[in-house]
Parts: sequence; C-alpha cells; structure tokens
Amino acid sequence: MSINILEFEKPIAEVAEKIEALQLAASDNPELLPQIDKLKSEQATLTKKIYSKLSTWQKVQVARHPNRPHTLDFIERIFDEFEELHGDRQFADDASLVGGIAKLEGMPVMIIGHEKGRDTEEKVKRNFGMPQPEGYRKAKRLMQLAEQFDMPVITFIDTAGAYPGVEGEERGQSEAIARNLAVMSSLKSKILVVVTGEGGSGGALALGVGDHVAILEYGTYSVASPEACASIVWRESDKAPEAAEAMKVGASDLKKIGIVDEIIVEPIGGAHQDYDTISANIKSSLLKNLAELSKFSQEELLQRRYQRLLKIGA
Amino acid sequence: MNWLTRLIPSIGSNRDSESSKSKVPDGLWNNCPACEAILYQPELEKSLFVCPKCDHHLRIGARTRMSIFFDGGSFQELATKITTKDILKFKDTKSYSQRIKEAVSSTGEEEAIVIGKGKLEGAEIVAAAFEFRYMGGSMGGAVGTKFVQGVDAAIEHKTPLICFSTSGGARMQESMVSLMQMAKTSAALEKLKESKLPYISVMIDPIYGGVSASIAMLGDINIAEPKALVGFAGRRVIEQTVRVDLPEGFQKSEFLLEHGAIDMIVHRRDLRAKVSSILSKLYPTQ
Ligand SMILES: [Zn+2]
Repeated sequence: MSINILEFEKPIAEVAEKIEALQLAASDNPELLPQIDKLKSEQATLTKKIYSKLSTWQKVQVARHPNRPHTLDFIERIFDEFEELHGDRQFADDASLVGGIAKLEGMPVMIIGHEKGRDTEEKVKRNFGMPQPEGYRKAKRLMQLAEQFDMPVITFIDTAGAYPGVEGEERGQSEAIARNLAVMSSLKSKILVVVTGEGGSGGALALGVGDHVAILEYGTYSVASPEACASIVWRESDKAPEAAEAMKVGASDLKKIGIVDEIIVEPIGGAHQDYDTISANIKSSLLKNLAELSKFSQEELLQRRYQRLLKIGA
Repeated sequence: MNWLTRLIPSIGSNRDSESSKSKVPDGLWNNCPACEAILYQPELEKSLFVCPKCDHHLRIGARTRMSIFFDGGSFQELATKITTKDILKFKDTKSYSQRIKEAVSSTGEEEAIVIGKGKLEGAEIVAAAFEFRYMGGSMGGAVGTKFVQGVDAAIEHKTPLICFSTSGGARMQESMVSLMQMAKTSAALEKLKESKLPYISVMIDPIYGGVSASIAMLGDINIAEPKALVGFAGRRVIEQTVRVDLPEGFQKSEFLLEHGAIDMIVHRRDLRAKVSSILSKLYPTQ
C-alpha cells in the first residue's frame, strides 16, 4: 500500500488493492469479472460514504494530500501553449510560485499559482510552496503584464503560507504581500481566483483578491494554519483539529460566510483520485465565470471587486 | 517577553506599560520597561511617555496617541458605533463574545482602532490609531470597517491620512473574515491614492502579520518610532522554522531602515513636526 494514503482512506485502499489483484488474475480467469464489478461498486459506495462525512480536520488533510494535484498539474490539463515566465526583475526567481501566459480555449490568459512540488528534490527546490518576497513580486510583475496586454489573470492558491525566515524579513515579506493586495484591488484585468489546496494566511491572500473566488470542494482557507491558530489561541498545537473546526476552514462554511463565491466539486474520493476530472471541472468554472464577467465594463468590474471586499466583516 | 506572549490576546492584553502602574499604589510612579528606572508619572506625561533615562518609547493607548498628535482640542472621533460581530461563533478556551466583552470593559474602547479628524499644525487631517490593549490590536471585521470609514472621511474632506499601527496582526477568532480585512483596507488605500491624497504610516511597537502586511507597509511615507518591532512572521516562528539565532536588532526600526522598508525613524517628540513638514510638501494646497 502506498505511503501516500491517509488514515481514513485505508479501508478504500484495501478494496482497491483487492481489485488490482483480481484484475491481474482475471486475464486467465474471466469468471472473476463479476466479482471485480462487485468490489468496484463496493469501493465506490465506501468512498462516497467516507467522503460524505469528513470532519473539518480530515478535509485539511485532503487539502494537503501528498498526491493532490498542484498548479502545474492543472496548467497542463486546462490550458494550451503555456509559456512559463520567470523572475521578479529585482532579486531572484522564486520557484515556489509559478506563472506564465497560456491559452484557455484560444483566449490568452495569465496564470499565477503556488507550486509545492512533487518529489523530495522538487519540494526543496520549490520551498514546499512557501514563497519569499521575490515570489510575490514576480506575481505582481505578471499581473501588471496581464493588465498591459489586457488579459485575464487566473490564480491558483495552494500554500501553507509565506515563508517565515530571516531573508524574507530583510527583503520585505510584509511589503510584498501588502503591495499585491493593493495592486490586485485596482488591476484593470479580470481576476479569477481558485483555492485548489491549502489557503494559508497572508501568503495565500497575496494571490487572492479578485472578481470571482472559487474553492475546490476539499480546499481550505484560513487566517493561519490550524496548528498555528491552536498554538496561539489554545496554546497547545495538538488542538489543531479543534482550531480547524472553529476557524471554519472548509469550503461550505466559507461559502456561507461570503468568502468564496463558488465550490468546485471534486471527484469522489478527492481531486487526487482523478486529475483529469478535477481539471475539467475547474476549466468549466473558469470559462463560465470569464463569460459572466465579460458583461461588465472595466469600471463596473473594479467597483464590484471593491464592493465584494467591503461587505466582508461590515 | 517574546513576541508570542506579547501578541496573544488572552495574556498579552494586560502586559503593556499601562498595567505596570498597578504595581505602584498611588499611581504616580512607573517603571521603565526597558531600563527599569523609576519614572514619575507627571514627568512621563510631559516627555510623551518616553523614558528620560534611556529614551525607551513606552506603549500608549490610542486616545493618548491622538491627544498628543493632534492640535490641542481639535480631535473629533469618527467611525463610531461599529460593533464587533462573532460571525464564526468562535470558541476556544473562552468564547469570542466573552473576549470582546472583556476587551471592551478593560479598555473602554469599542474596538481595537480609533479614528478621528482634526488638525495638525492647523492643517486638516484624518488619523487612525490602533489600541494594542484591545486584544493585542488585532484586526477583525470591525477594525477593517472603521479604517475604511477613516479613508472615506479623508477622501470626503480631501485631507491626508495618518495611521498609527500597533498590532499582533489578524484576529484568529474571525479567521477568514479577519484575513480579508487586509485586502479590504489595502483596497481602500488604493482609493485614497486615486484621490491623490497622501497616506503616512507610522509604525509603533509592535506590528506583525496581517496589519504589517497591509495597512502598516502601504504608506506613501513609512515612519517608525525608534526600536519598534515590525515584521511579517513572529520571531519565535522564524526561530523554530529556520533554527538560527536571529541577528541583533532583527525586525527593529533600525533594521527596517537599513533594509529599505521605511523612510525614517522619528522620535515621538518630533513626530508632529516631521509629519507636518512632510505633508506641507506632499500636499501643500491647504
Ligand atoms: Zn528607560
């Protein structure tokens, strides 16, 4: 069994293993086929059952799942002709935040997102998806480029947060994030935001100001990680499950509060079970919302974007 | 005292300089938190709560801040009667609504920020000041809303805006509602910019997280009081993550100046004159 299986996914993985074993045997023993079908439906029922009543803390684990699709997986499946663009033109290129131009059904778009990396080597290179200030400044540069060439901006949020380190503080992590918030609030391009995995703190929000904010069904979004909230408020980091619950980090709660506008449904068992299906779901959301936003003039768009923010917590 | 114990609302709210008065029965004597010199309260008031022995800038409340900054008697409070909403029905060891009640009764403030208009050397201004004693000056929906109303007032009266920030950051008990106040206040400041009105950010010890990464860092001019701690991540978080000893003076005003984050460090007694001088150049029309 893969090590990339969450505790509550184990019963599902066991059935999957049986199916795999039977499938191997079935080539010589066709009489096994009905049994395979039976197990498959058993697996589907079990997955549905387990996933229909995930606790908030379990959702956090799905959002952080080691197999969860990341920004580059989505880019590959949703867009054509992606040209990655690098660097903030001031200090460095931050690989924890990727961006570039591509086509969405023929329409030029700017894509910007956190990228956690897949294997150990890549994770280290990408700093586990936790940007330094230069990452946010690259994002800002790309947003302004999109504005210059009149293309929509699509952002994918998936980060535990901005990287807390000495160099980041020296280079102005706070300013980099603050500047993005200001720039995004007045950017003349349409901005579509998709929270795909973990939306952690200011480091997530720095890509999060837009005209439409969607979240994947098992994505999370919060002011701090449940662990950080637990250690600050409860003063015990093992209260993270309680903190996740209390902060209402899950998609349906966030929609109720008006933080997100749309929940993008994931395949049964989570996005990591089927990259193509979740990518298709995201793509249709993007196309639908871009068409919707085209009804507004630039001025109306900016007014709407501002009003959307003013309502929150008023 | 580390950043965390200072910033945790439950234990941080009564650990600033104002509480050390309680050690002294007659209320006339105070201890400097930096050099521990015994300070005579009436003298301290005259020195604007700066220790005459070591120049330490003691923490002061939002209203004291306003009264020493504005021309005498010109301060008029704005953006009042905005109440805190417990949207998440948040409860940890205590309920958020209970924490709000306690913060209101211990500070006499309705929230962690005070907004007002008045005069600085005769010129009309709007100012905002965080109240650190109110849940560590943390920013929730009500703080964001009050700040936006301050921006709106500056635009309406065509005045500059000055904000004195001192805050532990976003307010955990409002989670995403709180986080979004960073975007809301930053967006409002863009409106101020469109109106060509100056925004002066004055950084007061300490500022972290969500307030650092929005209101505090977005000044057209960024000023800090001496030795103020300002950063995105708290010192303990950084130490635990990178496992290094932090350099001397890390995240202090002098460090910020050296790394290009602020324009200047200004002593509290010079603040009025300095801000007035800056505004007379950025916004001479008054
Ligand atoms: Zn002293």
